[in-house]
Amino acid sequence: MKRWPTWIALAVAALWVTSNSRMPKSAPGDRDLVAFGKIPVLADGRTKPLDTVARNALLVIHGRQTLRLDDTRTIGARRWLADVLFDAPLADKYPAFVIHNPDVLGLFGWEQDGRKYFSFAELVPFLEKIDMQGEQVERIEPSARTPFQVAIRNLRNSLALYQRLKNSLRPEVTGSFADEVATFEKAISPGLEAMREREKGGKFDKEKFDVFVALAARFQTMGEMACVFPVPPGPSGSGPRGEWISIGASLLQTISDGVVDPATKSWALVGDAYHGGDPELFNRHLPDLSGRMAESEPQATARAAYEFLFNQLEPFYQAMGLYVLAFLLVCFSWLGGSRSLGTAAFCVLLLALAAHTFGLGSRMYLQGRPPVTNLYSSAIFIGWATAVIGLVIERIFRDGVGSACAAVIGFTTLIIAHHLAGSGDTLEMLQAVLDTNIWLATHVVAITIGYSAMFLAGTLAAIYVVRGVFTTSLTKESAESLSRMTYGVICFATLFSFVGTVLGGIWADQSWGRFWGWDPKENGALLIVLWCAVTLHARWGGFLRQRGLAVMALFGNVITSFSWFGVNMLGVGLHSYGFMNKAVPWLAGFMVSQLVLMAFASLPPARWKSFQGTKTTS
Amino acid sequence: MDRHRADGRRGTPSPVTAMPRRIFDFLSSLKLTVTCLSLAIILVFVGTLAQVDSGIYEVQRRYFQSLVVWWPATPGAFSLPVFPGGHLLGAVLLLNLVAAHARRFRWTWKKFGIHLTHAGLIILLVGGLFTDLFSVESFLRLAPGETKNYSEDPRAVELAVIDGSDSGFDQVAAIPESRLRRGGTIGHGSLPFRIIVRRFYQNSRFQPIGEAARDAAPAATRGPGSQIAVFEVPRATAMNERDLQSAVIEIVPASDPRQSLGTWLVSGQLGAPQTVSCEGKTWRLAMRPARYYKPYSLTLRKFSHERYPGTEIPKNFASHAVLTDPEHQENRDVLISMNHPLRYRGDTYFQSGFEKGDTATILQVVYNPGFIAPYVACAVVGTGLLYQFALHFAGFLNRRKTTP
Repeated sequence: MKRWPTWIALAVAALWVTSNSRMPKSAPGDRDLVAFGKIPVLADGRTKPLDTVARNALLVIHGRQTLRLDDTRTIGARRWLADVLFDAPLADKYPAFVIHNPDVLGLFGWEQDGRKYFSFAELVPFLEKIDMQGEQVERIEPSARTPFQVAIRNLRNSLALYQRLKNSLRPEVTGSFADEVATFEKAISPGLEAMREREKGGKFDKEKFDVFVALAARFQTMGEMACVFPVPPGPSGSGPRGEWISIGASLLQTISDGVVDPATKSWALVGDAYHGGDPELFNRHLPDLSGRMAESEPQATARAAYEFLFNQLEPFYQAMGLYVLAFLLVCFSWLGGSRSLGTAAFCVLLLALAAHTFGLGSRMYLQGRPPVTNLYSSAIFIGWATAVIGLVIERIFRDGVGSACAAVIGFTTLIIAHHLAGSGDTLEMLQAVLDTNIWLATHVVAITIGYSAMFLAGTLAAIYVVRGVFTTSLTKESAESLSRMTYGVICFATLFSFVGTVLGGIWADQSWGRFWGWDPKENGALLIVLWCAVTLHARWGGFLRQRGLAVMALFGNVITSFSWFGVNMLGVGLHSYGFMNKAVPWLAGFMVSQLVLMAFASLPPARWKSFQGTKTTS
Repeated sequence: MDRHRADGRRGTPSPVTAMPRRIFDFLSSLKLTVTCLSLAIILVFVGTLAQVDSGIYEVQRRYFQSLVVWWPATPGAFSLPVFPGGHLLGAVLLLNLVAAHARRFRWTWKKFGIHLTHAGLIILLVGGLFTDLFSVESFLRLAPGETKNYSEDPRAVELAVIDGSDSGFDQVAAIPESRLRRGGTIGHGSLPFRIIVRRFYQNSRFQPIGEAARDAAPAATRGPGSQIAVFEVPRATAMNERDLQSAVIEIVPASDPRQSLGTWLVSGQLGAPQTVSCEGKTWRLAMRPARYYKPYSLTLRKFSHERYPGTEIPKNFASHAVLTDPEHQENRDVLISMNHPLRYRGDTYFQSGFEKGDTATILQVVYNPGFIAPYVACAVVGTGLLYQFALHFAGFLNRRKTTP
């Protein structure tokens, strides 16, 4: 057996992984945005590195994680965020806001000319209009919103997020924020004195009073607008009840504390240095700030550094590439009949699974949760579980089928996850009712493994049909072994779907006293269980043979996709999280493709290329 | 049974014994299983889609908690049974399961998992039926400091006729919604008058007589109803909507039914109770959510609603309450929070929601004598499936080893 294809494949895979794993470095003499990106802050309820804040915010506003300024210059998310936070007038000119909808452009009196990205400065004249239109949409049920309404609401949310970011770490318009902070610190006690005198009705120093009140009001507005909370609780517990607070809130707290929190001062210096365009000064102040964070919040800092690494490595992106490579290898092994290529595919898949596992494990570590907490993570987990089962099947049968399924489903689910990530942080905090690790770890995981197995069975059936109808490669033995795999995987799906569904009922009984509520998501799970039961009983009764089983397994794909995505689109019930208009045509397309395959599977055996000339009927 | 089979083989079955045997064959057949399961799939699928228009509650009643599905569903219209309902399919599947076991049951370790699975399913189906028939769901709304010894039905109303003449307690005669809907004359031993239901509205909207509804006739002659026109509207279907039931009643003295005291509009939409006087005594009339009284009471001390810092995402809801039960001499603090219900004397209290601005907590109260069934069923079926799967898988691997 020739070994060189294996080595070449592995070399390509290794090259892919290493080329995507280079850690970013700041150019000497430039601002150290790498260190900046690792600083932990609190946003959306959890501590995370600024790098994550940057990526998520840019994804929401811009739709991607890098920003093209013009034909020659592209900047990364960290640079964009730093400009927004510290140099708002500059960032206002970036074409960051994505608008696809022609009606939204029409609202501004702009003609559609192929441009999709607009700067804040361009949108300023229409802010009031956007706000008014967007607010109206809030009152409409999500499922009843028109594309224009969805688009205008998204734009309004993007603009709100952008404006909050601009005022999170320093006021949008200021010369030197550090000076402002120092002035405030000095103005507090005379200001309070004047305030007391004024209340008593006596003579008071109007100038001192005015300075103090004006700055306090300014910081209060800042605190109200902030969406990034960068002042850690610290050893002295700067924040109330030991929470992270905003710069504005921290400054207001100075009124009672007397001194400005050192972290707040540090942020002001860093911001001023960035604003002033002095890389050296910025790089000198930054270590002070990160050192302070590491000292007062060692855990959050370590976690943030890990998340930064996770963001850089992009394990799911890497796994996607490897799945594609593995699939190509399997196809070549089938065409050329070389066992060696099959082995190579298996090795590449192991590497893909390692990347996938690293990503999944990292998310679990960062969130402190079982693997599936939202639709995004369910896609990640379905791909992972299918890859594991597929590889087990491959180890048993060694004919490339398990590998092919693992690669196809692994890749597809990661693509789906990628498209689900557009709404911001995928490690979002959990609603109170979901805040229970026991049920997330049992019910949700079991259901999701059930989905994985159903998709796997469906894919096996698709391979059976495509090979049987269109090629002559489906021999009696391979047909039998494919059918057997499908049957085994459906048994496995039955086990997990049933247990998962009933555990879900038990969770519901524990949470709101109703074991079963006929909620669409529950019904979706029940449909899978019933479908498995029909398939298994029909097979035991002899009503189904190989082709019948393939038809059933293919329809299992339809049912599972309905249960996973379709019921969410109905917009009713307790599980109707994440309504997605955009996914409707894709889901419909997938379902139709499965129905077409079912039609092929129902062709009489004489029309199957593989069965022509043989008397083996199924 | 053996004799039946022998009869059958001989080919000369007597018509008397052949019929039950055929029925038994049919009931225990796999074909019936597959047919019923397939019908169940269609029912669940259609029932899920129907929720978009009809709402979850209506769909449950029509598709799943019924013997047959009638179509069209418009009340009063001529309709036909077009599909088996959830209860019928469940019952047939249960019969099928029992019959199949009676016919084919043979004790072997190889079939042990299958038997366990089916035994668990029987528990699940029977438990589900039990729950459908006997469980009661209600709500308890408590503001801080408030004490209640009853919970309220979220959908059904009752007409309470309250005699408040005793300063110590109220004497209440409550007329359930179903009785009001039936109409006719209602009397009660403790009341010196009778209530005649003139009209019952399952769901209604009010319009004040005047600018909005100039031509409409007032609903009643007495009380606020004399200023209001009532219109019947379709039943509420959305999750967060409820029917607003109303009724127009006439009150006549029991002693002289021909002498009417007038008509009243009663509805949950009217705020304060109305009064009716008869034979020198005064009663209050109130249409209110149907009540389920308990032999104990709950007092809310505090409701807390935590959010994640810097967001509006709820982190936890919790009701701190005091449970007082004079019968069992209980008087203790209880905490009811998300995923941590209070179970007491057959009732379970779940943190369900809160009113705007956290001014009151809303607890869901469930009485469900069959709640244990799914727990047992899940364990039994899970074990059965796992056993069978492991057995198959091991056998499969062994076969592959011996025949490479």
